Amino acid sequence: MKITSYRRDQASEFSFTPENLKKAKAYMARYPEGRQASAVIALLYIAQAQNGGWVSPAAIEHVAEVLDMAPIRVHEVSTFYTMFNLKPVGKHLIQVCRTTPCWLRGAADLTRTCQSKLGVGLKETSADGLFTVMEVECLGACANAPMVQINDDYYEDLTPARLSEIIDDLRAGKEVPVGPQSGRLCSAPEGGPATLKDLPAPAKKGAEKDAGTEKGA
Amino acid sequence: MLQDKDRVFTNLYGLHDWGLKGAQQRGVWDGTKKLLELGRDSIVQQIKDSQLRGRGGAGFPAGLKWSFMPKESDGRPHYLVVNADESEPGSCKDREILRNDPHRLLEGCLVAGFAMGAKACYIYIRGEYVLESQRLESAIAEAYEAGLIGKNACGSGWPYDIYVHRGAGAYICGEETALLESMEGKKGQPRLKPPFPAAMGLYGCPTTVTNVETVAVSPEILRRSADWWAGLGRPNNTGTKIFSISGHVNTPCNVEEEMGIPLKELIDTHAGGVRGGWDNLLAVIPGGSSVPCLPRTICDSVLMDFDSLRDVKSGLGTAAVIVMDKSTDIVAAIANLSHFYMHESCGQCTPCREGTGWMWRVMTRLVRGDAHVEEIDTLLEVTYEVEGHTICALGDAAAWPIQGLIRHFRPELEKRILDAKKSDQVAAE
Repeated sequence: MKITSYRRDQASEFSFTPENLKKAKAYMARYPEGRQASAVIALLYIAQAQNGGWVSPAAIEHVAEVLDMAPIRVHEVSTFYTMFNLKPVGKHLIQVCRTTPCWLRGAADLTRTCQSKLGVGLKETSADGLFTVMEVECLGACANAPMVQINDDYYEDLTPARLSEIIDDLRAGKEVPVGPQSGRLCSAPEGGPATLKDLPAPAKKGAEKDAGTEKGA
Repeated sequence: MLQDKDRVFTNLYGLHDWGLKGAQQRGVWDGTKKLLELGRDSIVQQIKDSQLRGRGGAGFPAGLKWSFMPKESDGRPHYLVVNADESEPGSCKDREILRNDPHRLLEGCLVAGFAMGAKACYIYIRGEYVLESQRLESAIAEAYEAGLIGKNACGSGWPYDIYVHRGAGAYICGEETALLESMEGKKGQPRLKPPFPAAMGLYGCPTTVTNVETVAVSPEILRRSADWWAGLGRPNNTGTKIFSISGHVNTPCNVEEEMGIPLKELIDTHAGGVRGGWDNLLAVIPGGSSVPCLPRTICDSVLMDFDSLRDVKSGLGTAAVIVMDKSTDIVAAIANLSHFYMHESCGQCTPCREGTGWMWRVMTRLVRGDAHVEEIDTLLEVTYEVEGHTICALGDAAAWPIQGLIRHFRPELEKRILDAKKSDQVAAE
């Protein structure tokens, strides 16, 4: 259960950009007539991305207006689900998975690394505004533990030293490869899979670029 | 070991193309129209004959579940909702299907949805799986383009739409009625049953909620025959299953194996064995965080399927095997799970909302040994007060790991308390 307070002191304004409004309408069209409230999570994601990583009270009210919902219903949703940030966060939101499978393989060391390197406590943002550190519950990549999620991307099979490098690279604005940092393939066992060898020759790999929704929406 | 020819998820590790072309080369979308021509009743009957049990944790017979949907529509549309809200600690199998074999899932959505009289399907995917949801969206676009779904799915004359619906970070939304609440744009708080979703589900319409893996294997069962599936594993525990092996093993991984494989063989063959050897094993949580842990003595011989694990008072759950070697502070490991359940309780039912926090606080003290020996029994009693007294099974899931700990590791708990008392006395003198 997430306990939060509704900050009403914001005098800011919020409304979707025309492009985002179009996207929002596309999500609403996925649901039957009169059920547009189903798109509330999708619209909150769009609002969060447009608002620099968090949903302000003004954004909540705008989403409510677009969906023809009572603002309190949208507020309920935004406080219930952990992926909506109700306060501003840094440019890179580091979420360390703390649950048992990651914990067994050193998740606590990752948290300590983030905290000491950035000089912040949990849910705090570094002085340069670049990083916010959080601990979150299971992110569902247990065979690649320990891992963190930074914004939309998973960084798996981490060591404190590797995480430290990743933070340096992100600070320097460099590209960091996402996924397993040990070089292994998805969740295949290290050293290559023992199974799936007696199959017909693989199709040539060269899948087109992911064309789905863009990041953060 | 299961032979490769019997494996369904032939792109489990993403070695090959996940797109439509690659999927078709692996046999996905092969003769789907013929499968649909079998007709609703025949499809459901074959799934029943295969004895496929749901892969989401509860192990409910899939064919039976599908058969609960009304035979004739009373004017309300039918819905298939696929549960891709994979959040059970230890479980990371659906993710591999979503990102590496999305078309296998989509084909399953069409076949299963058709068998239920549904014309629309929603895939509820956990919000953190951003890349996976993008893959799925791309695969859906490909399938529409190729006419595999849409107004005339696979040329069968049956209209079928598939949509992705992203969640936003709530474990409870993996519970089917909480998932439906969430889909309707509300907080994900479970509904009282009855009415069951098959009578009143999404938007008050007949709905079946089912796990990704269950849906994804079903076309292959129809293609190869129910007998093939039923011939794998043991009676009532048939087929193949993706096992997620995590924790203190040499090579953690996901692997598709035959149901009923011995736990020891599973860990030794696919996960490189326990760190430091089998004798260094302390305990295993065999089916995701919700099921009670097992000490080494049971792990030596237990088989990995629904009935075998139930017989040793645990469960197969999502087949997420969490291995702990002797270096593990087992009390802290379970306390960590108690924190998880406290965090994820939706707050609707008092026993769970208050109980999960209370249990976590006691567990935290037990980690330090800062408790009285009698409190172990009090804690056990409270777990029974939470279990079975809530709308959904989250209360049960919070209680079971602690019950497993006390059942198998009570001496460790007592020792800690006595040691802490001793050191207090020494300090006082």
